[in-house]
Amino acid sequence: MSEAVQRADRYLRKNAAKSEERRKSHAQRGRRGKAASWLFLLPSLFGVGLFFVAPFCVVIRYSLVNNPVQGRFVGIGNYIRVLGNGAFLLAAKNTLLFSAIAVPLAVALSLWLAVIMESRIPFRSQFRSFFLTPMMVPVASVILIWQVLFDYNGLVNVWLTKIGIDKIDWLKSPYAPLVVVLLFLWKNLGYNMILFMAGLSAVPRDQIEVARLESASERQIFWLIKIRYLSSTIAFVTIMSLINSFKVFREVYLLTGDYPFDSLYLLQHFMNNTFQSLDYQKLSAAAVIMAVVMVVIIGLLLKAESKLSRDL
Amino acid sequence: MESKPAVKRREKALAVSRTVRKTPSANRRKKERRESRIIARRTAAAVFFAFLFLTPVVLTITNSFMTPSEINANYGAIFAKNDTGGKVYVSETVNLKFIPDMVTFSQYASVLFKSPAYLIKFWNSVIYVVPIVVFQLLVAALAAYGFARYSGRVKEFIFFAYIILMLMPYQVTLVPNFLVSSFLGILDTRWAIWLPGIFSPFAVYMLTRYMQRIPYSIYEAASIDGAGEWQIFSQICLPLCRGGFASIAILLFIDYWNMVEQPLILLSNEEMHPLSVFLSRINAGEISLAFAVAVVYMILPILLFIYGEESLVEGIMYQGGIKE
Repeated sequence: MSEAVQRADRYLRKNAAKSEERRKSHAQRGRRGKAASWLFLLPSLFGVGLFFVAPFCVVIRYSLVNNPVQGRFVGIGNYIRVLGNGAFLLAAKNTLLFSAIAVPLAVALSLWLAVIMESRIPFRSQFRSFFLTPMMVPVASVILIWQVLFDYNGLVNVWLTKIGIDKIDWLKSPYAPLVVVLLFLWKNLGYNMILFMAGLSAVPRDQIEVARLESASERQIFWLIKIRYLSSTIAFVTIMSLINSFKVFREVYLLTGDYPFDSLYLLQHFMNNTFQSLDYQKLSAAAVIMAVVMVVIIGLLLKAESKLSRDL
Repeated sequence: MESKPAVKRREKALAVSRTVRKTPSANRRKKERRESRIIARRTAAAVFFAFLFLTPVVLTITNSFMTPSEINANYGAIFAKNDTGGKVYVSETVNLKFIPDMVTFSQYASVLFKSPAYLIKFWNSVIYVVPIVVFQLLVAALAAYGFARYSGRVKEFIFFAYIILMLMPYQVTLVPNFLVSSFLGILDTRWAIWLPGIFSPFAVYMLTRYMQRIPYSIYEAASIDGAGEWQIFSQICLPLCRGGFASIAILLFIDYWNMVEQPLILLSNEEMHPLSVFLSRINAGEISLAFAVAVVYMILPILLFIYGEESLVEGIMYQGGIKE
């Protein structure tokens, strides 16, 4: 960075002599520059408009008509159809349940990891690399090991029978979401930990120092000082974990394929199946419902984050 | 600047500490002992987590050096059940072994020379990911400059829309992508994966964050000296963001290297699927190959990680908006 700054500096100096006359036309150029900055935006605006915004408007239209060809307006008929659909409700329930279990665990455990990493343990940079490794390794690569562990004839069951507990067919049982939660945590804890480590290092040192001198216990320092400074980081990590928890279909698909056990039937499975039946109205209505729910959730969390970071 | 109460508080604290220091050192020693106990406990926890985090990766790697018969003996009970073909020796129990009885590269040899399907899928992955990363960065560099250089109410609104779009799950964005792809007639072609990837707003958001950190006076000074917008962009702004490009490229790479949702919906032809999807379809007979393919598949990300860990960490922090 500093080298680039120097280069910019040299550039500015070299031009300083010539600058006098140019200064006069600066104001004019500023206005032209502002117009030019829209040109820079153009490719991206075009692409986003073409691939996301315009088709989403079509999606909204599809969700309100009886079929794309006739285009007869049916109001909220499609939405009622989706919300009454058993598969959609099951998928929504499973997805929300998964997020409700996985997100708090991902936030709490990664905060714990960050606290561990903040203290003076040996080999800190090595540990950081180890904790980040799962983030880099493709899920598809380690899925075999997960199958070895949680298959009906797999290792976990071998261990369980040794201590006298009956075998459980993990991936085809109500426990299946737990297996996926483990995989999710394995994958995401490192990422969250980095965010928390950055947050922890931003807590003012002198406050902690003073608290320590006033013989506050470590626990008090953590809960009364650090957590307050971390509150906006916690909100942000919650947002990211929530977003990532909606992506867990990846892991589920790689583990169980197209037709998982009921407890692992997620919204993305529902979408895939609806794509296959080409029921555009149902698909569109479901997408709009999800978009609205996401906007509300993200909006609330973003608001919480900005409020928390302003309160400091 | 410190406020007065803070100063007072510190003085009081110092006074307290002075009295503490006067007391016999037994107190301090007790404290030290407690501290070292905490550190020991935390180190143990870190070792425990590191073990959990690394085991799957290490196992995959070591298993890839085992002979097919050893793999069958170890995991036959799991993977052989949908194998309807001839009789294979399958042991009843499952063994988890870290160290192969005999190290062999035969699995890699067959992946490379005998089963072209895997190599084709690997190549598919490369073909999808590299252009997306390169062109998304290109488009985003321009757009981020547009956002960061001048702001206005309209631009702020658009930028907020980009953030919302960035946070939308695939369940929402894939429906519009699918409609457009079928409208443009690019469904089942590589373009259906490339184009939405290239225009995805993630890099725009990240680079804008980077560029907003460049002091406005630098832009201003260059502009006063007569530099045009393109000159400011290419000669001042881009060189200052070099670190940002590396971070974002890594984050983009691992995201798209892992892609599963898009090919499932946008590409019905399985020949065109990337390795991430194909790996889950490996049939029982080839289970020993699967480990070697899995390792081949993680080589690129791991190399990127080894060389770019600092960039990756920095990228994550920028994403959190912490290093503003």
